[in-house]
Amino acid sequence: MKEMMEKLREASIKAILESEDVDSLEALRVKYLGKKGELTGILRQMGRLSAEERPLMGQLANRLRADIEATIDARKQVLSTALMEKKLEAEAVDVTLPAAETHLGHKHPMYNVLDQIKDIFIGMGFEILDGSEVELSDYNFTKLNIEDSHPSREWTDTFYFTEDSRVCLRTQTSPMQVHAMETKPLPIRMIAPGRVYRKDEVDATHSPMFHQIEGMVIDKGVTMSDLKATLNLVVEKIYGEGTVTRFRPHHFPFTEPSAELDIRCHKCGGKGCPTCKGEGWIEVLGCGMIHPKVLAGCGIDPDVYSGWAFGMGLERLAMGEYKISDLRLIFENDERFLEQF
Amino acid sequence: MKCSRKWLTEFVDLPVSEVGDRAFAEAMSVSGSKVESTEDLSLTMKNVKVGKVLSIERHPDSDHMWVCQIDIGEGNPVQICTGAQNVREGDLVPTALDGSLLPGGIEIKAKPLRGIPSDGMLCSFKELGMTQHDFPYAIEDGILILQGDYAPGDDMAVKLGLDDHVVDFEITPNRPDCLCMIGLARETAVTFGKKLELHEPVVAAKAGGSIADVAKIVIEDADLCPRYTARMVKNVKIAPSPEWMKERIRNAGMRPINNIVDITNYVMMEYGQPMHAFDFSCVGDGEIHVRRAKAGEVIRTLDGTERNLTTDMLCICDTEKPVAVAGVMGGENSEIVGDTAMVLFESACFNGPSIRRTATALGMRTDASSRFEKGLDMQNTLKAVERACELIELLGAGEVVPGVIDVVPEPFEETTLKLEPEKINELLGTEIDADAMKKILGDLGFTFEGDVVHVPSWRADVVHYSDLAEEVARFYGYNEIPTRFTGAISTCGGYTPLQQCERQVGEILRSVGLDEIITYSFISPSYYDKIRMPSDSPLRDSLKILNPLGEDTSIMRTTVLPSMLEILTRNYNFRNKAAALYEIGRIYLKREDGLSDEPKIVSIGMYGSDVDFFRLKGIVETLVSGITGKQMRFEAEKKNASYHPGRCARVYVQGKVVGVFGQIHPEVASEYGVDTELYCAELSFDTLFALHRELPVYTPLPKFPSVSRDIAVVCASDIPVGDLSACIMENGGPFLRECTVFDVYTGHHIAEGLKSVAFSLSMRADDRTMTDDDAESTVKSVLFALKERYNAVIR
Repeated sequence: MKEMMEKLREASIKAILESEDVDSLEALRVKYLGKKGELTGILRQMGRLSAEERPLMGQLANRLRADIEATIDARKQVLSTALMEKKLEAEAVDVTLPAAETHLGHKHPMYNVLDQIKDIFIGMGFEILDGSEVELSDYNFTKLNIEDSHPSREWTDTFYFTEDSRVCLRTQTSPMQVHAMETKPLPIRMIAPGRVYRKDEVDATHSPMFHQIEGMVIDKGVTMSDLKATLNLVVEKIYGEGTVTRFRPHHFPFTEPSAELDIRCHKCGGKGCPTCKGEGWIEVLGCGMIHPKVLAGCGIDPDVYSGWAFGMGLERLAMGEYKISDLRLIFENDERFLEQF
Repeated sequence: MKCSRKWLTEFVDLPVSEVGDRAFAEAMSVSGSKVESTEDLSLTMKNVKVGKVLSIERHPDSDHMWVCQIDIGEGNPVQICTGAQNVREGDLVPTALDGSLLPGGIEIKAKPLRGIPSDGMLCSFKELGMTQHDFPYAIEDGILILQGDYAPGDDMAVKLGLDDHVVDFEITPNRPDCLCMIGLARETAVTFGKKLELHEPVVAAKAGGSIADVAKIVIEDADLCPRYTARMVKNVKIAPSPEWMKERIRNAGMRPINNIVDITNYVMMEYGQPMHAFDFSCVGDGEIHVRRAKAGEVIRTLDGTERNLTTDMLCICDTEKPVAVAGVMGGENSEIVGDTAMVLFESACFNGPSIRRTATALGMRTDASSRFEKGLDMQNTLKAVERACELIELLGAGEVVPGVIDVVPEPFEETTLKLEPEKINELLGTEIDADAMKKILGDLGFTFEGDVVHVPSWRADVVHYSDLAEEVARFYGYNEIPTRFTGAISTCGGYTPLQQCERQVGEILRSVGLDEIITYSFISPSYYDKIRMPSDSPLRDSLKILNPLGEDTSIMRTTVLPSMLEILTRNYNFRNKAAALYEIGRIYLKREDGLSDEPKIVSIGMYGSDVDFFRLKGIVETLVSGITGKQMRFEAEKKNASYHPGRCARVYVQGKVVGVFGQIHPEVASEYGVDTELYCAELSFDTLFALHRELPVYTPLPKFPSVSRDIAVVCASDIPVGDLSACIMENGGPFLRECTVFDVYTGHHIAEGLKSVAFSLSMRADDRTMTDDDAESTVKSVLFALKERYNAVIR
């Protein structure tokens, strides 16, 4: 009987290790260990054994059952791992194939730059104002101390809606200064970006519609020193830390003193190159102390309050930042252009 | 404004050797005279010498060339071959030697010509960058045979005055006083702390008689001419100007003509006062009348053009006819010509805006008009005419007649201001003491009586204490003003809810793949036809620009649709396979008061293989629910002529129309030349904002599972599924949470004119697990309502 068990052990283990799938393994389990299986068949002959042999054979049989079961389990483990590997292999993809399309839209590059600037000013306590583009000449010019005979008022320069030149398309965002002064409680810290219009034919650097950002601060004790400190900080935020600036006297009817802010050319470091037209400096914005006449005209006592203002062109800034060579690209809205930002 | 550094040293001792171009430009720019560019003229011509022709022989291998031996003042003579026929032995000629540089960047090298070595080139005046006026005695198509003060070996660049540096200033319109050498010299002197040397003109006036005996000046329109000053010169000898004068005129960017014309230009550049010289024999009756033109008057100006004058144009006339357009250009009828003997010099002051309008209307902006239009110093006229006469005598160009006619209908009014140093310091944020301020202002020509400041006549731009502050700041140094934040920031910045909402609209649209565009606010009125806008639509009543650049940009848009269609079309024409775009753009709606309401419209536009009505609808839904968080309703829009009548919808939230979207009408698309389906949406940003989601309040998550039941009903095929869904939601009772359509079917087994619609109903109770009975009763009441209202029966 012992020999029979040894034979069974040998045969079953061999068969198990040779089995190639889980199903045949299950069949082997039934064949060897099932109710009608071979081991049971051997054990049925136990009755013929002596009382001394019986427990011994019982032990052997139990060991054999345990070994066959362990072998089946181990083999099962091996087979299922192999099966999984095979499946995964079959499921493999070519990772270099193109992805399923998910398209993220793009902000217009100019508004990218505008948002950057808005965030800088919001961080400094400024609010953002928005105003009409169809404007009274009174606000676009007169209240800004621009005299009636000023060339910019000519019909060759400004778009008008009325024969008496009363209503125009604003040529600058500066009328927003007047609107703010007339309607906002003091102190005021604001920027007002928006569309402006001038009678320029379209070319690589001109457009009859373009964008400006106006900025204004009115408070007690505001000085040119404050203007310089604030705008220096803004320019550093836009152009990077360590940007060298210079303030240069200029003329605007609604600020006095007036200045232009230049930055040292980042391309040549001030030596002079085509980017800065050999000057070593690049013009960034116009600014100045709000003319006391303008303050008074808007009902603000210039002996109590003072203020400063600035204006800058957005297109040129965006073109500089993204190295866009032609203004027309900004308004052409070619997808191939928009997708780049 | 071009300024010769050499000429400048006549007024300020500041040679280029002391302050180079770069340092000069930097200092002048930061004191307010912006330098555009500087140019070292000597770099334009190099190694061109005066040579003397020692001998000249025929070229052995050419029938038109000559071989010259030229003495260039040093070493052995050089040999040069020339094809010119006007060179003779003994002539002095400009000789470009080997390795020389001519204007225009032309390099000359030694090279054999038909086998004979040539060490360079003999030059014509053109090759030297000069004109016939510079060398009236020379022939145009031959070698320049030099006359006068030239010797072999002289450097031609120096002889032509090219040993100079020219600075080009950008002068702001408030500073016409800087459009001349004296003005720039004053700025230079104060900038560099140098002394300004001015010259007082002296006129001998040795001719007999007096100007008053021969000429009479009447200012008829004093509002346009506050001062008219004149002097007379007789026995005029028209001749070329001396080299030094030609040189200065050239380096200032003008062309020498003859002594009289050059003198007027020279004085204009020196004093900033435009002058005019009349041939006095052509001034009828010897009378000058300064008046507006009469209707129909015509003048042929110096450029040979016939000009029709209008009654708002100021003219200089004799007793009958205009002889000049005041401040703009002289008339041919009184032009200085070769035999002019009597010259009247005009030095006048005219109303700036009037001159500007006249020049613009006549289309001739001249050096004179561009100065006059900025408003000139009326106290300058006399000095300028004196200087002109002094130069006449210096050049021997004629005899100055004693006396001056100086008509001043409107005497000069001096501006005085109070010097308030503390106010200036308060504005600037500085602590500059009063003496330092006075020093700066004094150097600029301001004078003082106690704390009263007298503004010099040439500074009409200074009228307010803030103007004085700018003068002080300019020379104290803008860049010396300390940078410090004054006081604490007392305002709270940030986006308003409206601005936040606008940003959110952009974020949502980009997240679904749309790119942002920026389009022009003005369009062509013909675009309304292009989008098939009904002829009686109130939106056709746009604000009209009276002076547009062109038809295409002549009215303010009342709809964003044409702008979007134009951009879609452009992308289509660029052969971009697909486009998905948005703009938050304004429309401009005419108001009673002549201004406009400018609401913002969310404009969406798409085309491409994966774009259809439902893709667009999905985007609209995402946007509207993202912003409002509210239920929306869609209704077919069949009447909007711009859209496909069967593929257009209006979207409502809480009964308000948010906007319209759908496929663009194929006829509109074909108007734009587009052969594919275009999809657009126009949504009111204001409405979206009005409906925008308030702060959300947390709803507890469900504790009990939900149950779902599918139903399919058959109904008339023209009943919108949206109506069925709404009916289901309304009649579903307390448990029904959601109803989704998952199939719409027509065809086999469904009778003609009917359709089958399948819904999935999701039900849940808040307080217990739902029973089958609960679900069955919900389905029952839904089916009952569908049958009642739409005759829709379960399939």
